[in-house]
Amino acid sequence: MLDVLVVGGGNAALCAALMAREAGASVMVLEAAPRPWRGGNSQHTRNLRCMHDAPQDVLIEAYPEEEFWQDLLKVTGGITDEHLARLVIRASSNCRGWMRKHGVNFQPPLSGALHVARTNAFFMGGGKALVNAYYRSAEQLGVQIRYDAPVASLDLRDGRFLAARLENGERIEARACVLAAGGFESNREWLREAWGRNERGEWPADNFLIRGTRFNQGVLLKFMIDAGADIIGDPSQSHCVAIDARAPLYDGGICTRIDCVSLGVVLNRDAERFYDEGEDFWPKRYAIWGRLTAMQPGQAAYSIIDAKAVGRFMPPVFPGTQADTLPELARKLGLDENRFMQTLNDYNAACRVGTFDHTALDDCHTEGIAPAKTHWARPIDTAPFFGYPLRPGITFTYLGLKVDETAAVRFNDKPSDNLFVAGEMMAGNVLGKGYTAGVGMSIGTAFGRIAGTQAAAAAQRN
Amino acid sequence: MTELENLTRQAQAEVRGSIPIALTEDQSEVARVMQICNACRYCEGFCAVFPAMMRRLEFNKADVDYLSNLCHNCGACLHACQYAPPHEFGVNVPQAMAKVRVQTYGDYAWPAGFGKLYKRSGLTLCVALAAGLALFLVMLKAVQGELFHGPGGGSFYAVFPHNTLALMFGVVFVLAVVALGKGVARFWREVSPGAATGPAVAEAAHDALRLKYLDGGHGKGCNNEDDAFTLQRRRCHHLTFYGFMLCFASTCVATLYHYFLGLEAPYPAASVPVLLGSAGGIGLVLGTAGLWRLNLRRAPEQGDTAQRPMDRGFIALLFLVALTGLLLLALRDTGAMGLVLALHLGCVMALFLTLPYGKFAHGIYRGAALLKWAIEKRQPNKLQLGSD
Repeated sequence: MLDVLVVGGGNAALCAALMAREAGASVMVLEAAPRPWRGGNSQHTRNLRCMHDAPQDVLIEAYPEEEFWQDLLKVTGGITDEHLARLVIRASSNCRGWMRKHGVNFQPPLSGALHVARTNAFFMGGGKALVNAYYRSAEQLGVQIRYDAPVASLDLRDGRFLAARLENGERIEARACVLAAGGFESNREWLREAWGRNERGEWPADNFLIRGTRFNQGVLLKFMIDAGADIIGDPSQSHCVAIDARAPLYDGGICTRIDCVSLGVVLNRDAERFYDEGEDFWPKRYAIWGRLTAMQPGQAAYSIIDAKAVGRFMPPVFPGTQADTLPELARKLGLDENRFMQTLNDYNAACRVGTFDHTALDDCHTEGIAPAKTHWARPIDTAPFFGYPLRPGITFTYLGLKVDETAAVRFNDKPSDNLFVAGEMMAGNVLGKGYTAGVGMSIGTAFGRIAGTQAAAAAQRN
Repeated sequence: MTELENLTRQAQAEVRGSIPIALTEDQSEVARVMQICNACRYCEGFCAVFPAMMRRLEFNKADVDYLSNLCHNCGACLHACQYAPPHEFGVNVPQAMAKVRVQTYGDYAWPAGFGKLYKRSGLTLCVALAAGLALFLVMLKAVQGELFHGPGGGSFYAVFPHNTLALMFGVVFVLAVVALGKGVARFWREVSPGAATGPAVAEAAHDALRLKYLDGGHGKGCNNEDDAFTLQRRRCHHLTFYGFMLCFASTCVATLYHYFLGLEAPYPAASVPVLLGSAGGIGLVLGTAGLWRLNLRRAPEQGDTAQRPMDRGFIALLFLVALTGLLLLALRDTGAMGLVLALHLGCVMALFLTLPYGKFAHGIYRGAALLKWAIEKRQPNKLQLGSD
């Protein structure tokens, strides 16, 4: 009989498979996607948040455990588990040698990402290159890999894993199992239910785009919830950013982001501003604009800039709607021209321009309008004008299975003897809400490796 | 174009700067792909194409031609790409750039009409080879009366007089150099890179001679049949390139011997021309054989399969030049000497004839693109992207 069955094919699954194989177990990976789409959301990632006490190859200065923990505490608003969080943080400090051994290459921080040069180690070529490296290494080590192999259910007995059942009915037994099959963000029905109906009678989730894989349908998550596994997290919590409304429904990845929010104003469908666009540096704020946009009518928003902003933000993948006058821009965007002009005129009149500096929290701000724009406020008055349509884009959901430091799945607070979980399926233990760049990969790598080791040990016990 | 349209375009040019030149379909594809890559940038560590792209927000014809020639077709960015097919964005940088590259060779070719030869490069090469071989075999027949001669070879120049050969190859070689030079000069003017400094030239030379951008940015090499990295392409290319240069050096030394020392070929086995030529010939045979094998196994989505006749034709011709050269060395004291010499000279003539209209051009244009990059990276970046 097979020792370890790994359900899933992304970073956490591969880390588990490699660790289990290195521990001497026979291992099979079941990836739901066909080969070209393998790797789940990991193929869209780009870095790993890493604790380090001194400069390390691509990482500059230091990022000590305490600072990492405080960052996590801040973004989650305390909805985290300190014990598990610190375990992830410490693991992030010493996993990169192992990653390199399996073929992952690191590169200095990408341009436009220098704000994380100290905290995040970037994968050369991005997450798909990492996924490719892990698959190559796994194949070389003799891990069996099956694509197009979505698992529909598990056979469990008294909290013990017996076998997995594929959608085609095939039953695969193993001595131990690691679940690393992602969140449920690609399941439109579930998202709809989780976000519910708002006071306007809309189903907000119907207008969400999914930034990652279409294969994270949450089938196993739902199965485990129904099977009575202990769960953690709020189904409406996720990594959610404002992305270009023209992005594809799935797999838009990084390039659909719109980085000019802080250089202009953002209006909703009613041509009204709704939040301080200049509250803080964009990299520190981009993750709240998904939710902000989700709260607007039609879950739509428009980032408006003028010629002064061109060349000052990461180039967007889709060209903006361009116009030589503001009324023309309003018409082209399909917004009410009068309200649009009133909002823009009010904003322009309220700007108190000091010394503009988009690399600092400068003194350009508004007075007398609500919401205020507290930095980088300059009148939008120089043609040509550009508008970019925004929509909420979900990266991954936080609802997951509750774990302790062994990564064991729990039933009524009792750990399973041979069933483990890693990656997005349990990231909610550490990440109750909010996000900080690269921490998803830190969690996936740490718990993937733990789950693999534990599963191999469980297989040897049984 | 009507007078009015002309005036309108001039007026627009005065307002907006230069008129953007319409892109071909292949160039538009590179511009489209670069727009996506510029918003992603995950690949910037692989090679120079991405850092060069990041200094631009729009991609006009000159930019597209420049970036496409800077691309070494290593394949790393294709296998790492989250937007590669089957993704609906369909990003395939090496393929898009390969298609433009061959177009630039044709567009800038001199004389202009000869640019078409790149489109049928396999055929061009076969015709040149046939012509070269026929020429020398006919000459041999005329001189020797028969293809094989009695035992005891001896002087090459008894078969083909030295001055005849020097004139024939000298003229063709000079023409090839002029044609390539004129083409790359036009390319250089269009990409308007600024003045070359010593360090920029040194860096470009270093990057070209070491094939820096076939090392993957991490030293493990580039891709060939799949997402695994290999140094074989780089090594085989080195064998081929340096083998070629050794053969060239051998010819140069022999020319010096002939005109300045009065020493005539054939030279003894331990002489400088023979040693250089033998080493070069062996390098070329091994290198081209390796490149051929790698080319057969290359993932079809890497690069432009329509150019395989050009790539393989060039590899095969270099192989034949080297093989016949080595054979000539081995058989020069036999009755087959005249025949092998004719075959060798025919192959070399075909190579010289097609230098400006085949795969050889890639080295010249890529060298120019590398120099432009070395110059450009030393200039201040005009963009101030906010996230930095």
